[in-house]
Amino acid sequence: MSRIIIENVSRRGFLAGVASAGGLVLAAQILPLRALAQNAKKFGADAMPHGTVNDPRVFVSIAGDGTVTIVCHRSEMGQGVRTGIPLIVAEELEADWTRVKIAQAPGDEAKYGNQDTDGSRSTRHFMKPMRECGAAARTMLEAAAAKRWGVDPAEVEAQNHEVLHKASGRKLGYGELAADAAAMPVPATDSLKLKDPSQFRYIGKDTPIVDGFDITTGRAMYGTDTRLPGMKYAVIARPPVYGGKVKSVDSAEAMKIAGVEKVVQIEGEPPPSVFMPVGGVAVIATNTWSAIRGREALKIEWEDGPNRAYDSKAYAQQMRETARRPGKVVRKEGEFDAAFARAATKLEAEYYVPHLAHATMEPPCATARIQGDKCEVWTSVQSPQAARDFVAKRLGLPPGNVTVNVTLLGGGFGRKSKPDFAVEAAILSREMGGAPVKVMWTREDDIHNGVYHAVSVERIEAGLDAGGKPIAWRHRSVQPSIGSLFGPDSKHQLALEHGMGLADVPFDVANLQIEDGEAAAMTRIGWFRSVSNIQRAFAIQSFVAEIAAATGRDQKEALLAMIGPARIVDPRKSMSDFWDYGENPDIYPIDTGRLRRVVELVAERGDWGRKLPPGRGLGIAAHRSFVSYIATVVEVEVDDTGEFTIPRVDIAIDCGAFVNPDRIRSQLEGAVVMGLSLAKKSEITYKDGRVEQGNFDDYEVARIDEAPRETRVHIVPADFSVPLGGVGEPGVPPFAPALANAIFAATGKRIRNLPIRDQLMAQASGTTK
Amino acid sequence: MIKLRVNGREHSFNADPEMPLLWYLRDELGLTGTKFGCGVAQCGACTVHLDGDAVRSCITTMGEADGRAVTTIEGLDPEGEHPVQKAWRDAGVPQCGYCQAGQIMQAAAFLQQTKNPGDDDIDAAMAGNICRCGTYQRIRAAIKAAAKGA
Repeated sequence: MSRIIIENVSRRGFLAGVASAGGLVLAAQILPLRALAQNAKKFGADAMPHGTVNDPRVFVSIAGDGTVTIVCHRSEMGQGVRTGIPLIVAEELEADWTRVKIAQAPGDEAKYGNQDTDGSRSTRHFMKPMRECGAAARTMLEAAAAKRWGVDPAEVEAQNHEVLHKASGRKLGYGELAADAAAMPVPATDSLKLKDPSQFRYIGKDTPIVDGFDITTGRAMYGTDTRLPGMKYAVIARPPVYGGKVKSVDSAEAMKIAGVEKVVQIEGEPPPSVFMPVGGVAVIATNTWSAIRGREALKIEWEDGPNRAYDSKAYAQQMRETARRPGKVVRKEGEFDAAFARAATKLEAEYYVPHLAHATMEPPCATARIQGDKCEVWTSVQSPQAARDFVAKRLGLPPGNVTVNVTLLGGGFGRKSKPDFAVEAAILSREMGGAPVKVMWTREDDIHNGVYHAVSVERIEAGLDAGGKPIAWRHRSVQPSIGSLFGPDSKHQLALEHGMGLADVPFDVANLQIEDGEAAAMTRIGWFRSVSNIQRAFAIQSFVAEIAAATGRDQKEALLAMIGPARIVDPRKSMSDFWDYGENPDIYPIDTGRLRRVVELVAERGDWGRKLPPGRGLGIAAHRSFVSYIATVVEVEVDDTGEFTIPRVDIAIDCGAFVNPDRIRSQLEGAVVMGLSLAKKSEITYKDGRVEQGNFDDYEVARIDEAPRETRVHIVPADFSVPLGGVGEPGVPPFAPALANAIFAATGKRIRNLPIRDQLMAQASGTTK
Repeated sequence: MIKLRVNGREHSFNADPEMPLLWYLRDELGLTGTKFGCGVAQCGACTVHLDGDAVRSCITTMGEADGRAVTTIEGLDPEGEHPVQKAWRDAGVPQCGYCQAGQIMQAAAFLQQTKNPGDDDIDAAMAGNICRCGTYQRIRAAIKAAAKGA
């Protein structure tokens, strides 16, 4: 297994279940620190494989004509990272952004630092090293100019793509200095002078994305767009049940289809499959259409394996029963049972969120070519180093012999962190004697063979005193774990799953108990944009509104009362493993003051409490995730038939400092729509181990005619004394509960099961007199 | 023998007339700006113009394209200066961008028919084009801006 497993899925604890290679790497990383401090633990970027690199020779090159090329080593999937990361370098470099070009790094973490583009951490982890990188390059340019002029480097200053000598008025452009600067020693990091944020020209201001022209003209290259001389096209029939395999295949008819060249069987990795292919039968042809037709003509008998009976209805019932029994206690403060027993008012509710598929608009796709003992891959992956390692492992090559070129990603959302499709392409290239082979996943492949968001039941019970104040809170969470993709299924969640809105609940309740109920995974479980925060925010923020309704209070006031006064909540006092998104809880504590502030901000800007006509309602929800704070207000309008529309959404974020506010707005606008998709329509179900959906007709996502008419994003102003938080994911979780709370306000109908789909229609017809 | 005009150039095709135009454009002509999203006309990522009308190239067969003129995103305006393309950039519409060629082709054909669309018109015309990044709000704004500028 690769070291990626350790870092993506577990900080510790899970290590015991991971094979030796990963353990060795981790040991190598932490042993020197151990020598310094017995209990030293790495956090943030330092805890990621290969940490960070700030060497300007790796990221910056300057041509004689002054063109600056900046390498982006993180994957672009719509979040704007190919603009944001180079912009940070350009800022400190004093480069003229109009003269900057971007180059995309291949997978090579030893060279570039960590490249796992997930967890909403690219800017959070690379702001500092990228600033240092730009400042170092700027210092080298200044040193080269000073040397040319024979003056003290202190007398010169870089400004907008040239170096000035103020005393004499002399200037040299970056292009003229490039060769000399490259020969200068790279200054020590601690000697660098970083700009004062008040001097920023780019950071903190709107910058259009660098790929805008290519995208709007069809020139942008995604994984699906790779074309190589002699390239073959493949589609694969994969086992319909996770863990299944081919019993027999008859390819005679497929071989008769014009253009079909070869049918080959791919050995799948039995569960836990990690990032390896699930196997199946590949049809390789001269074009995609022939491959698709060839696959239709295959006659395959499957052996379905241990998950053949997976039935999501039965499974949901089982999860509900589990949630009604005591589970593994993850966090405990005070005495829940005693407090609950004496509570004046008792409330309980169960919330259900189904499996979800990422359904990136670009389905998984990869192209591979093998020449001699070297393999080159072109693909849209969030994890190019993992793609490299898994291709190398499957081909039996050293990772250094595998090059993974990263294209633009047509959406990622976590699916493209799992590079099984890159491995498939490499296997098929080898089958074709090294010829380039593109493996295309159809939409049905994507929906049938995904790595799904975990189905979940969240059961919350609360006891209130006579004054309506919550004195007891018990939350039992039941979901199959992401850990099941990587090792033996413990049937319990990982610390990182507990840490996503469950055990880190920031509420002011004296008697708190968080439990994790057993659930065995029966399909591939992976991370989906904002991960377990989806079900936790839905449950918890809905339940707060249920408390408000039960006690006759305003939703927002009840929410602020639950959050309690501004303070630092430190779950380390009452639980063994406070994940905190891999960050240092001393630097990234749970700050209820910041959570309160986004609630107040969204309420103020969103005109909370405004009078609405009948049939309309407002809902509010707030959630901390990826060390950012978000609050959302949704206005809903429900008509007589139970159809609903969303006239307006307000969403406020406090993510500390930030780079490109336009991309924060776009990410949050998009998060609202993704939140709407999962709240209203999307659901993956299973029967006989098979996914029952197949395309956008039955795995529905939100379309423009149901998208909010207006989404207003409110950003807490950047404060560079506040460490950066995530942006890509945290907008998703609060949307569904804010919508559900708005629906309750409009109709009195409480939504506890997602997706909403036609639940309001039943309500409408049921109450019509 | 199927003959068709793609972005102003004549082409002929002598193979399966059932092949969707999408795969011909992408695999045979190398016009990869037109995207595969679903294969069943559910998402609009593959939208091109067939004699000026927006169609889903994933379900338009080569036989159906015989004798017709196809415009793809690459041919909408070679310099990227079509009002819709410009409006898309000005509004900062794209996130991942994968669906946007289809969105732009759909919007360009729509604006030929409807000069000053309101939100309801836009929603009705664009509901066949899915954007999983959720850029819908900016799509509406860009279409209105393009309509004004056109």
